[in-house]
Amino acid sequence: MYKTFAYTQGLTPKPTHYCPGCTHGTIHRMVGEVIEELGVRERTVGIAPVGCSVLAYEYFNCDMFEASHGRAPAIATGAKRSRPNLIVFTYQGDGDLASIGMGEIIHAANRGEKITVVFVNNAIYGMTGGQMAPTTMPNQRTTTCPAGRDVAEVGYPVRMAEQIADLRTPAFVARVSSHNPKEIIRAKAVLKKAFQYQIENTCFSFVEVLSTCPTNWGLSPLEASNWLEREMIPYYPLGIKKTPEAESGQQEHNSEGV
Amino acid sequence: MARVLMKGNEAIGEAAIRAGCLHFFGYPITPQSEVPEYLAKRLPELGGQYVQAESEVAASNMIYGSAGVGIRVLTTSSSPGISLMAEGISYIAACELPVVIVNIMRSGPGLGGILPAQSDYLQATKGMAHGDFHLIVLAPSSVQEAVDMVILAFELAEKYRNPTMVIGDGMIGQMMEPVEFPDQEIGPPLDPGDWALTGCKGREKRIVNSLYLDPEECNQQNIRLEKKWEKITKAEQRWEEYKCDKPYDLLICAFGMVSRICKTAIDSLSEEGYRIGLFRPMTVNPFPYDACAKLVKKSKRVLDVEMNMGQMIQDVRLAAEGSKPIEFFGKAGGVVPSPDEVIDEIRKVMKKAGIKKPKKKTSPKKKIGTAAKKKTSKKTAKKSAAKSSGSPKRSKIRRKR
Ligand SMILES: Cc1ncc(C[n+]2csc(CCOP(=O)(O)OP(=O)(O)O)c2C)c(N)n1
Ligand code: SF4
Repeated sequence: MYKTFAYTQGLTPKPTHYCPGCTHGTIHRMVGEVIEELGVRERTVGIAPVGCSVLAYEYFNCDMFEASHGRAPAIATGAKRSRPNLIVFTYQGDGDLASIGMGEIIHAANRGEKITVVFVNNAIYGMTGGQMAPTTMPNQRTTTCPAGRDVAEVGYPVRMAEQIADLRTPAFVARVSSHNPKEIIRAKAVLKKAFQYQIENTCFSFVEVLSTCPTNWGLSPLEASNWLEREMIPYYPLGIKKTPEAESGQQEHNSEGV
Repeated sequence: MARVLMKGNEAIGEAAIRAGCLHFFGYPITPQSEVPEYLAKRLPELGGQYVQAESEVAASNMIYGSAGVGIRVLTTSSSPGISLMAEGISYIAACELPVVIVNIMRSGPGLGGILPAQSDYLQATKGMAHGDFHLIVLAPSSVQEAVDMVILAFELAEKYRNPTMVIGDGMIGQMMEPVEFPDQEIGPPLDPGDWALTGCKGREKRIVNSLYLDPEECNQQNIRLEKKWEKITKAEQRWEEYKCDKPYDLLICAFGMVSRICKTAIDSLSEEGYRIGLFRPMTVNPFPYDACAKLVKKSKRVLDVEMNMGQMIQDVRLAAEGSKPIEFFGKAGGVVPSPDEVIDEIRKVMKKAGIKKPKKKTSPKKKIGTAAKKKTSKKTAKKSAAKSSGSPKRSKIRRKR
């Protein structure tokens, strides 16, 4: 007998509290594997957000901060500037990063902080019971837009990867998805690249990961996967949005992945 | 080291460096901007980091990140900015991280004004942010004391792993005075101990966290913080007594720069033969309640003088425990009371309380004293307020042991 699938060193063996079919767990696993494979676990400091992944500090098997809501990029700035040899990453939801923490993420990116941001976009506030997020899709029903998001009233969903890519400061920016095995394999490769840029001290790196919230979307896990593919991906195109090698300010809107 | 003439804000920046702090995160605001300006120039020269945050909210979280990885760190701001730092400060207190925050206070509420005030006493000592925690708060009355207290603030913050604040009214930041720094050019680095996030090589992972979902665990965390505060309260009270070594009829209570204006007023009235003492807390949190109570007991009346509408007076009243009426004189909005105004106020209070100068055999020296009845001109009063921190002979700096 031999093991074909084992725990990754990058995660603790603690069972997560995520709902069945939630892709937070999958994204944790990808980040954990990347940290292990790159051999940086012992010099990594992660920053957990406020949101469903608040307990990420229990799951990642490295030194961890728990942040205040939205401020993970500021905490990461303080940590990285103070100990530049650390590998510092934040793990944030869409309410955390694109609403209350919009200021912190834009400025950390614009300063070109040598940190890695894992941005989990599930188009809703999971933890607080399914309220509207800045990333909620047009006409998507949530507990605070029961008739569906009315874009005339509250504007369109924010495309964070494109916003960050639009900054002049060199960065690695990509959007990936976690809804099926093919995209998961791609997503992991992109996450690895993002961490590599930090290890080489090249630039700020930002990976938006489209994620499911079957519980608050009111769908089964399989339906949630399908909904993500059908509704979210056309609005949130996948792909590398910017590399530090490309001329600054030039965006590449391709959907090739890596 | 020789004494140098320095602006308060720059001296505060230099003091931090001497204490071994090479990391600063902050956002510009009058009247403290010379601190970040000074450090923006000095820190990169010394291999440190100066980062201009996008807001005070971000700055307070940057120092959380910096202290969390075991680095000595400073932020400075002024009143409206400190309000925005409330979030980070609460998390830092909960996670028991050592940071130093300087508030060069201006007047409020709202945008208020940019001139000196003591408007944030209650915020600093009682209600900084959500949750049960306490800041250690030091209140300097001169540029030299600001330097000494910034250095002390780092010591206390690290000894107790507790955020520590230095509150100076705008004058402390803006005026120039001669100061002396410790000889060491840069203090030794902070010991990251068994708590800082330095990477988990060769040890278990560490977590800097303030979330306790289990109510009993959260209760225990609160009890732990409160016990620490009891320890700080016992060991770290500091205050000054001025002209309290001989009998006095009136006790003035004041902190920060205002205490120096009060000393000028007291000196002038002493020459006339009045007996007045002064109590000045140097740690406004923990407030030296016992020391204050003792001094209040020996007086007939108490006058509390502040540059606000009466904030520290709440602590003086707590100390007095209703034993005596506590009178108040204060100016807010950036209006600095002159020694003459304080003298007028003291006379009013003494008249109301029926305090007369004790009859004494007139000595020739005394005569000169009483003859100098004419009001000190505004110019000379200001000069003497800036020059002297009172007669050092009759001033005692004390610490509770
Ligand atoms: C300052 C502050 N405001 C509000 C909250 C309440 N709150 C907790 S989680 C959350 C939303 C999180 O949503 P998201 O970032 O999308 O993460 P998800 O739960 O979907 O993973 C909110 C509003 C809080 N904890 N702190
Ligand atoms: S509420 Fe949504 S985001 Fe949160 S754990 Fe459940 S499925 Fe995941």
